Amino acid sequence: MTRHIKIALIGNPNSGKSTVFNELTGLQQKVANFPGVTVEQMAGKLKLKDTAGNDLQAEVIDLPGTYSLYPKSPEEELPFRLLCNPDHPLHPDVTIVIADGTNLKRNLFLCSQVRDLNIPVVLVINMMDLVRYKQTEIDFAKLEEYMGVRIVPMNARKNEGFDQLKAVIASLPGKTTGQQLDVRSLAPEVVDNIRKTLHVNSDYNAFLVANNLNVIDSFELTDDQRAQITATNERYEFNAPQLQAKETLQRYTLISQFLKDAVQEKQEPIQHSYSYKIDSVLTHRFWGYFIFLSVLFIIFQSIFTWASYPMELIDNGFNWINEKVQAGLPPGILNDLIVGGVLAGINGIVVFIPQIALLFFFIAILEDTGYMARVSFLMDRLMRGFGLNGKSLIPLMSGVACAVPALLSTRTIRNRKERLITLMVTPLMSCSARLPVYTLLVALVIPGDRFLGISMQGFAMMVLYLIGFGAALLAAWVMKYFLKSNERSFYVMELPLYRLPRWKTIFLHILEKIRIFLFDAGKIILAISIILWVLSSFAPGDTFENIDRKYSNPQYTAQFAPDEVQQKLQAEKLENSYAGMLGKVIEPAIRPLGYDWKIGIALITSFAAREVFVGTMSTIYSVGDEHAAQRTLKEKLQAEVNPETGGPRYTLAVGLSLLLFYAFAMQCMSTLATVYRETKKMKYAIIQLVYMSGLAYISSLIVFQLLKP
Amino acid sequence: MSQPVKVLSELKKGQKGLIDNFTDFEISLKLLEMGCIPGETVEVIRIAPLGDPIAIAVSGYMLSLRKDEASAIRVRTS
Repeated sequence: MTRHIKIALIGNPNSGKSTVFNELTGLQQKVANFPGVTVEQMAGKLKLKDTAGNDLQAEVIDLPGTYSLYPKSPEEELPFRLLCNPDHPLHPDVTIVIADGTNLKRNLFLCSQVRDLNIPVVLVINMMDLVRYKQTEIDFAKLEEYMGVRIVPMNARKNEGFDQLKAVIASLPGKTTGQQLDVRSLAPEVVDNIRKTLHVNSDYNAFLVANNLNVIDSFELTDDQRAQITATNERYEFNAPQLQAKETLQRYTLISQFLKDAVQEKQEPIQHSYSYKIDSVLTHRFWGYFIFLSVLFIIFQSIFTWASYPMELIDNGFNWINEKVQAGLPPGILNDLIVGGVLAGINGIVVFIPQIALLFFFIAILEDTGYMARVSFLMDRLMRGFGLNGKSLIPLMSGVACAVPALLSTRTIRNRKERLITLMVTPLMSCSARLPVYTLLVALVIPGDRFLGISMQGFAMMVLYLIGFGAALLAAWVMKYFLKSNERSFYVMELPLYRLPRWKTIFLHILEKIRIFLFDAGKIILAISIILWVLSSFAPGDTFENIDRKYSNPQYTAQFAPDEVQQKLQAEKLENSYAGMLGKVIEPAIRPLGYDWKIGIALITSFAAREVFVGTMSTIYSVGDEHAAQRTLKEKLQAEVNPETGGPRYTLAVGLSLLLFYAFAMQCMSTLATVYRETKKMKYAIIQLVYMSGLAYISSLIVFQLLKP
Repeated sequence: MSQPVKVLSELKKGQKGLIDNFTDFEISLKLLEMGCIPGETVEVIRIAPLGDPIAIAVSGYMLSLRKDEASAIRVRTS
């Protein structure tokens, strides 16, 4: 007979919790969806045999890293909800507390809180290699007795201690009993009242509930119960923050006494630690910044160069599939829909994976080694002035490659407001999708001359990237005053010891990021590409039939090569499709920016992804030859005449106006989908769309109106 | 008895102090749970190149905090 149990993992950040989780569950992981919680957490499966030889099937839930059971962010509410509500569907049968053995005092504080909830607790003392290296002697028997929990020493990185942990879980330690700290005496009436009104496990459980009334909605209280609890709290003047401070102090005092007796530490000044010595270089006033810039440089070089090979492979692979499908299916709407809509959409999603994987590979290494905390330490002062955080720099810089992985990397920012601002401004960084647009337009309107030996076109390119960065900082600075946050900005952050990266953890982390992108953002991108395909493939009435008939006329077939006829046909169809009609509809709105309806079509089709601009322009201007596309397109554009002025359509004013538009406008469905996904609020995706497009419109308008002849 | 009381942000690199109390209650809750307990020794071990934040040694580990957060901790220096 198989028994099913639930195990929760909890621990301080940097305690090695995720290594333990990965080692216990391997690839058997999935994102667990918790009711009423906005953060997703990982859950995995573990098979065991209990002491009687029966199968034990455990669901292991990885709770977010936290320092205490007092939640200060939505992420930290999760441990409270699960552990403090015995009726919660995910309330664990066993709780494993992971503690960093080199920092027992702070780690045992959390363990002590959890064990006072009177639920079965196993304490894992991790990083035993470092404990031994520091020549710290831990008397485990004594500590077990003081803490009233089973203890398993572990070196998770080296896979040591897991057999013992599994054996302890299988023997199912009973509930902890008694209270390490007597909190009832701090507020006896309130504690007694909650124990009477609610199903809770212990006095401390009741005390925590009284302290966190704002997050007890998962308790399914009746109005009467809620009113009674609130009334009792008020009657006995329950001062939550004061009592939290008292509890914290008393608990730390208690743990200090335990540790004094059970642990012998060699008093070694922190300045002798290898981490301190590494920091002397990595946070140095010169070398610190130099190394950081070098690291960024290496990361982006790799993303640009390494990712280009698999991306090309993916594109070629899709071309091959497209051909097969096109040839294999009878021609018609279904064929076009699959090739032009569905496959093109999936291609547009999958092609991002190499960049995402590489970026997360590097970011995971920076995080895992402890370097990210130092980056934050170096840059925080600079970024704070803009309402950002030291950690905002990584997403901002990653945004030069692609905003989508960059946005996913904002999760390392703990402060909600700073994270939100980073999410909102990162897409202003000039991403790689803008590159083809920039290349075409710069070549078109900026002279190829050199000035003082510097290529003007190269200089213009650099200025475009700087404008993007400047706009991101400026937007952040403005948002700092508009975004309201009742959460105070705390920076307080541990500088963890430097450790070698854990490859398995990093690998699983990358897999998870790719999975999130493919299935969540992917759905939306696919939907939009299909809509765009429909808009540009259909026209009202029999418009397309008439065009087809027109070009089958000998007048054309005799005069032009079949390819050329086909191009003209496609161009005319696009002009008359719903997308083309929309281009004409928006023409009055974009005329002040110097654009005509042809550019309008390109703006509409590149709404989902900027890089579509170049493709659309070449379709509109009927230039087919793939290899010479850029050049011939450039020539076509140069030859285009503005019927109103009689001069060229693409003047410097129009070119710069378009460049600024593409630098600022939000034209990336993947990004909007990711922002929605990361904030869980449509509001922020819409705000981003509106403010970026507004910025694009206004700056293009100003530039065109100032420069137009 | 008459040890000088300063706030932590006034300490120079390498200076030590004993945590006495806090001037900002809200931040103190966060600092307490991170192991900044009255009676603990703190030492400023590093100051970021731009002057802020700072890194301190407390309860056997390294903690970084912004200067305005450090100014919420009153310390006795010897």
